[in-house]
Amino acid sequence: MNTTSLQPVIRCQTLYKIFGITSDQLQKDSQGLIDPSYRDRQGVVTAVDNVSLDVSDGELLVVMGLSGSGKSTLVRCLSRLIEPTSGSIEIEGNDVLAMSEKELIELRRNKMGMVFQNFALLPHKTVLENIAFPLQMRGMKRAEFVERAMKMIALVGLDEKENSFPRELSGGQQQRVGIARSLAVEPDIWFLDEPFSALDPLIRKEMQDEFLRLQSMLKKTIVFITHDFDEALKLADRIAIMYHGNIEQIGRPEDIVLNPATEYVAKFTSDVPREKVLTAGSVMDERKEQEALASKSVRIDDLVETIAEYVLGQSIPVPVVDAQDQIVGVLHQARMLEILFHERAGPSGS
Amino acid sequence: MRGPGHPALEATTTPFKEISLSRMKDLLLKGLPPEQRAKGALVLLAIVGVLILAKPFNLIPDFLDELPQHTYQSSINKEIQEIKRTELVPIGAALEWTFYYLRDDLHVSVVTRFFSTSLKALVDVVHNILSGGRKGFGLDAPPWSALLVIALTLGYALKGWRLSLLGGGTVCYFAIFGLWTYAMTTLAYLAVAVPISIIIGLFLGIWCYKKKSVEVSILPILSVAQTMPHFAYLIAVVVFFGIGHQTGVIATIIFAVPPMVRLTLLGLQTISPEIVEAGKMAGCTSRQLLFRVQLPSARNEIMIGINQVIMQCLAMVVIAAFIGADGLGFRLLHKLIALKLGECVEIGFAIVLLALVLDGLSKAWAEKKRDYRANLPFYRRYKYSILLVVLVAIAYILASYFPILNKIPRDLDITYAKSWDGFIDWTVVNWQTRDFRYIMLVHILTPLRDALLFMPFIAIMVLVAGVGLLLGGYYSALLTLGFLLFIALAGWWDRAMITLYMVLFSTFICIVVGIPLGLWSAMREKRARTALFWCDTFQTFPSFIYIIPAIMLFRVNDFTAIMAVVAYAMVPAVRYTVEGLKNIPPELHEAVTMAGCNKRQRLLQLQLPVALPHIMLGVNQTVMFAFSMVIIAAFVGTIDLGQSIFKALSETALGKGVTLGLCVSFMALTVDHLVVRWARERRRLLGLD
Repeated sequence: MNTTSLQPVIRCQTLYKIFGITSDQLQKDSQGLIDPSYRDRQGVVTAVDNVSLDVSDGELLVVMGLSGSGKSTLVRCLSRLIEPTSGSIEIEGNDVLAMSEKELIELRRNKMGMVFQNFALLPHKTVLENIAFPLQMRGMKRAEFVERAMKMIALVGLDEKENSFPRELSGGQQQRVGIARSLAVEPDIWFLDEPFSALDPLIRKEMQDEFLRLQSMLKKTIVFITHDFDEALKLADRIAIMYHGNIEQIGRPEDIVLNPATEYVAKFTSDVPREKVLTAGSVMDERKEQEALASKSVRIDDLVETIAEYVLGQSIPVPVVDAQDQIVGVLHQARMLEILFHERAGPSGS
Repeated sequence: MRGPGHPALEATTTPFKEISLSRMKDLLLKGLPPEQRAKGALVLLAIVGVLILAKPFNLIPDFLDELPQHTYQSSINKEIQEIKRTELVPIGAALEWTFYYLRDDLHVSVVTRFFSTSLKALVDVVHNILSGGRKGFGLDAPPWSALLVIALTLGYALKGWRLSLLGGGTVCYFAIFGLWTYAMTTLAYLAVAVPISIIIGLFLGIWCYKKKSVEVSILPILSVAQTMPHFAYLIAVVVFFGIGHQTGVIATIIFAVPPMVRLTLLGLQTISPEIVEAGKMAGCTSRQLLFRVQLPSARNEIMIGINQVIMQCLAMVVIAAFIGADGLGFRLLHKLIALKLGECVEIGFAIVLLALVLDGLSKAWAEKKRDYRANLPFYRRYKYSILLVVLVAIAYILASYFPILNKIPRDLDITYAKSWDGFIDWTVVNWQTRDFRYIMLVHILTPLRDALLFMPFIAIMVLVAGVGLLLGGYYSALLTLGFLLFIALAGWWDRAMITLYMVLFSTFICIVVGIPLGLWSAMREKRARTALFWCDTFQTFPSFIYIIPAIMLFRVNDFTAIMAVVAYAMVPAVRYTVEGLKNIPPELHEAVTMAGCNKRQRLLQLQLPVALPHIMLGVNQTVMFAFSMVIIAAFVGTIDLGQSIFKALSETALGKGVTLGLCVSFMALTVDHLVVRWARERRRLLGLD
């Protein structure tokens, strides 16, 4: 977390969402932790259980969990579509839970966008009207919102489709509309709730690439929900893995793959092809004094997959350089073999 | 309500007397699990049988056999002997006092009178525009040819040339057969009643959606309102609003609002939560959310609601003729009383045509796809509006030169009633329905009626409450028991039994004819579509219309009433059967095909069991339709609750009329509760929801 010095865009602390009980029925201690005795009651379901996390500016946080893990509830708490039972949420330093209905509407109109799993397009509106909808809610002038919406349509590659109705579009196209709509107000914070889960695998891959392209241009602060670990690895700056409402582990993809914190996380990481996740920087060793190095260096953020062949072909260590071309470590052939062919079950150290 | 473990096995191994306390508790709370119901039903039937058999041996005390009643019907001839025994609880009188207290002592009449004068004014305004009125400004009624081009253009713009021709044909029909003024009056009623019903219905539907407490309190009222016979309303409406045009409109509104409320609520409740969330995330205020996200997303259901409102209004506009609402309905009633059947047919066709046109137009409007930003030039975007204005102008100009286009003179006296009369006379001579009627009445209907009347009331109460207990536990038992107890205590038991016998027999015929018809129709895709088309068509006819052919064929008696009921109530039996079979998932069909089923096995092993819950919902609808129609059919002379309601209407006996209405409503709701409960549970067990 390279931007710890800056204030996080989203900060949530000791967040709980417990269904079937009201907050005044709960005992809280000074740190905001809830006395777990309520769990014995009938009809009480804990969807989000003591979650604390920060998302910094321009960061893409993927919340990964299987169905029922509370990830969708968590993202709805962050946008206050669901009222949390307890805890605090700050967006750019402002307490979201203390906001009035009016302030909340202002926040959503200007700061937030959200993409939904089943697209949630208004069936009676055309593509253009759907995309312009948040702008209309803001009371924007017609000429202006049409122009902005047309820009969004071009951005997501739906030119010529502006007068179609959602029912006339394929799933992938519908989600492009959903994405365009959520971006129309130019939000700083972007929530995506399993945006690609309802799509076919090929379309999903295409949309993921499209999403990465957009993010490289837009640099939004993103909370991305998925149940697909591969998707999480592909997209995330950091991954938070949720289980039973708890965050089991939060960290960079390679950290999670190399050092799964719990048995549960290890189940996901065991099948991951490491060469596709790990970078040179995460597996390099320290450079020993006066060691002979190969002539060609690799970059610190190169994926193992792309450099493996080269490293394996060298009898001497390969230097790893950072963005300033300074040598920061070395890669040994033996280490590379270990990474590629080491048995992949269980949490393996180093 | 799945039983624990293997309840069926348990039941066979456990001796009867060892029923544990916990199982009794389960029975009370949830009814019997489905596997044990056959056993429970046997026990129940045995109890009821004992109660019935005990009667001839004078083992049933009088107060369990028959409670004091208003009238006693001797079963041998149709004479009604008024035996002045009062009811046990003066429900009717209490209701009457309440209503009059409200009206006179609390001066609710001030409010109702305000409504009635405003509505009267509204109807008057529309009526004056449509039919010339008092000719202020020198404006006369619009020429019929103007209405003709409006109907033609509207039909074409919304759907196509078929609807256009239907609309134009209907207008011509009104004009040619001298029904113009009546039709305009009916249209004026509709023009006032429909928008008001829609607005009230929308408002209540939204309110129900927003507040659970409102939903819980309004829905039962809607159920009663929907099952209450039309005539029972009319009495209350007359007492509070007086007699006249506006009263018809008010009765119409009360009758048309419930389906609108239900469909609005259904539409709002079935919007995917994600859509609402998307609206919130777009920064909608709650008002924007309602008007720009929720209501538009519920558009389909709301449009069906509007269509329903129009149809209900049309049906009620006819019935409101009984309290002096003018128009086509009044004309029909007038001729029906005089038994001028040929003219009845003529007017009946006019009403049916009007129903079809309004149904077609409103449905087409609902399905109309709008092209918001097609970016067309003005004259193309508004081509139909421009066409309409031009055509109406042409019609006005032509009408001023050719009077025949302005108004078809009355003295032309174009009619085909005479030929119908001739046909009817011919059927009387050549289609000897007399013997058939005689056999039905003497050997089937009358014995069935007497059997129901013979049964001690306690036996029927035990039967119904027992079924309630088996299906739904104490809640269902108490509810149905309460419904029946009301009828018994109000002193209308025997009359209710006569109504029940007609409903049961009609339903029986509908099932025997309608379900096989539905099965046959559903075998081929094309046939199924044809069947559904005819169901749609017949369902648009106002219920009153069905009486005309019944009288034509069978004259005036119980059997006629039953035939009218059968004709009207057949539609849902067929429709639900077709739908039930069509909705079976195709994989299931493929699975049984791969299992090597022949046609008969497919029907018995797959189609019937899976479609049964839906078919039962159809049967339930048939029963509901039958209850509503049997009261209207009382008009042709039956001796059931319907006849008493008619009498109450003519005497404006408010308490009595409303009590009778509630009796009918409660019988219908009893059936409804039990069948719907069973069907829902069954659907869930089959995993169809």
